[in-house]
Amino acid sequence: MPRVIHASGVRKTYGRTVAVSDASFHVDEGEIFGLIGPNGAGKTTTMECIEGLRKPDGGEIQVLGLDPFRQSRKLQDRVGVQLQLAQLQKRIKVWEAVDLWASLYRGKSVDAARLLDQLGLTEKRNAWFMTLSGGQKQRLFIALALINDPEVVFLDELTTGLDPQARLAIWELVCGIRTRGKTVFLTTHLMEEAERLCDRVAIMDHGRIIDMDSPEQLVRRHCPERTVIVETEFPEALGLFQAIPGVEEVQLDGNRFTVRGIGDLVTHVIHCISENRMRVSDFRTILPSLEDVFLKLTGHSIRE
Amino acid sequence: MLRSLLKLSWIEIKVFLREPMGAIGTIVIPVILFLVLGKSAGFNQPIASASLPVLVSLFIAINAVLSMVNIVSIYREGGILKRLRATPLRPQTILGAHILVKLLFTAISLLLMFLAGKRYLIFQAGVSIPSFACALLLSTIGIISIGFLIASIVPTARFAQPIGALILYPMIGISGLFVPIHRMGPIIGTVARILPMTYAVSLLNGIWNGDGWSHHLGDVAALVLFFFLFSALSEKFFRWE
Repeated sequence: MPRVIHASGVRKTYGRTVAVSDASFHVDEGEIFGLIGPNGAGKTTTMECIEGLRKPDGGEIQVLGLDPFRQSRKLQDRVGVQLQLAQLQKRIKVWEAVDLWASLYRGKSVDAARLLDQLGLTEKRNAWFMTLSGGQKQRLFIALALINDPEVVFLDELTTGLDPQARLAIWELVCGIRTRGKTVFLTTHLMEEAERLCDRVAIMDHGRIIDMDSPEQLVRRHCPERTVIVETEFPEALGLFQAIPGVEEVQLDGNRFTVRGIGDLVTHVIHCISENRMRVSDFRTILPSLEDVFLKLTGHSIRE
Repeated sequence: MLRSLLKLSWIEIKVFLREPMGAIGTIVIPVILFLVLGKSAGFNQPIASASLPVLVSLFIAINAVLSMVNIVSIYREGGILKRLRATPLRPQTILGAHILVKLLFTAISLLLMFLAGKRYLIFQAGVSIPSFACALLLSTIGIISIGFLIASIVPTARFAQPIGALILYPMIGISGLFVPIHRMGPIIGTVARILPMTYAVSLLNGIWNGDGWSHHLGDVAALVLFFFLFSALSEKFFRWE
C-alpha cells in the first residue's frame, strides 16, 4: 500500500520545552490514522509539522512525496485541513465561506451545494458563522477541509466540546471520508473516538510516541486480561471458577462473581457454566479498551 | 490568485458592512467631523496650513488604516489567519484584499464629504475631485503600509488599534501640516522626511491648492516607495498566529 505520510525522528522544541521528541510513523493510503493522547502530549504540534504550518527542529517528513514546509503551497492544494480552535469571520455566511475556499485552490473543487447537503448544512447556508452551533461550525470546517477534493484530510480534535449526538454525526461523516478513498489523519484525546474511527493509532505522551498499531492489536498486546461477570446462585460456583485455567482472581459480591484472567477466559467460563448446568441471571464480559492500554503504558489516566 | 483576491475582497466588504457600528465609524465619522468643524470654523478657512478638506481627508485615510490594523489583528487572534494559512493563499493576497476594501471605503468617505460640503466648499481653479481622490488613494496606500507593519507585529487585537493610533496621529503633527518641515529643526525634520505622512500631506495640500501632478511626482514616488518598502518588511515580519 502506498505511503501517504512518512515521518521519522520529528522533533520540535519551544524554548526549553520539548513538545515533540523523535516521533516516527507512517500513514498508508486510504486509512484513518489517529494520534491519541492527553492534552499537551504534542499531538497538535506533530500534526502541524506534518501540515507544513510549523517547521520541525529535526527529523524528516514527507507528505504525498512533498516536503510540507518547503513545498507548502504545492501540498496545501492536495490536502484538506481542519484546525483545533479555528474561527472564521463572525459575519461570513456559510455559503460564502465554502465559495471563498473553493476559489483558493487551483485544481478541481467539489460541488459546493452537494457538499453542504452531505454535511447537513443546506438549511444553514445563509447563516452567519457566529450564529452556528459548535457542531455546525465543525461540520462547516469539515466542508472547508473537503472542498478541494483532497487526497489527505487532517482533523485536529474534531469533536472536542461537542455533545454526544453531534459527535456521533461527525463520526459518521469521518467514516464517509474514508469510504471516498481518502486518507484521514486525526488527533483525539477521546479513546472511544479512536476506537470507533481509527484503523491504526499512535499513542503519544509527553511528546513521545509510545506504541503504534490497530486498536485491537494494542489491546491484545498490552491488556490481555479479560473480565467476566456472572450472577448465579449455584452453590459450588466459586471453586469451579477458581479452577478454570488462566483465572487469576475471583471476587464474590453477594451472588455476583467477577472473574479475571488471561487467555481464552470467556470460552472457559461459558464452558464451565454449561457443563455444570448453572442457572445464570446475568452474564457480562468487560473488554479492556484503549483507555486501559493508555493507563498501562503511561501509568496515568488519559484524563489527568 | 486574482480570483481569490477579488473574492476575498468582496467577502470582506460584505462582512464589514454587516457590522453597522464599525462601518459607520469608519466611513461616516470623518464626514461628521468635517461638518462640525466646517460649521464652527468655516469650511474654507485654513486650519493650520491646510484647508479643512485636506485635514479631514487625512483622518479618513488614517481611519481606514486603523480599521485594517484592527481587523487583521482580530483575524490573527481569532485563528482566522491560521486557518487561511492552511490553504494555498499567500499573505500578500490577504493584505491586498484589505487594501482594496479600505481604498474603496476611503473613496466613499471622501465622496460623502464632498457631497455634504457641496454647498459650502469653494474649489480652487484647476482642482478636480477625481484628481484629489487619486491623491488621497495614493496617500492611503503610502500610510497603509505602516498599518501592515503594525498589524504584523502587534501581538494582540486589544492593543493593535491604540498602538496604531499612537503611531499614526502624531505623524500628522510633524507632517508639515502645522509647522513647515524646514522650521522643525534638523532631527525632527529628518524624522518627518522618512515618514509617509509628510509626503501625503504635501501631495494632498498641493493638489487641493491647484498644483499640477507634475509638481508632486516626488511625493508620489515617495508614497509608492514606502508602500513597497513597508510591505516587504511586513511580509517578512508577518505572523499568522
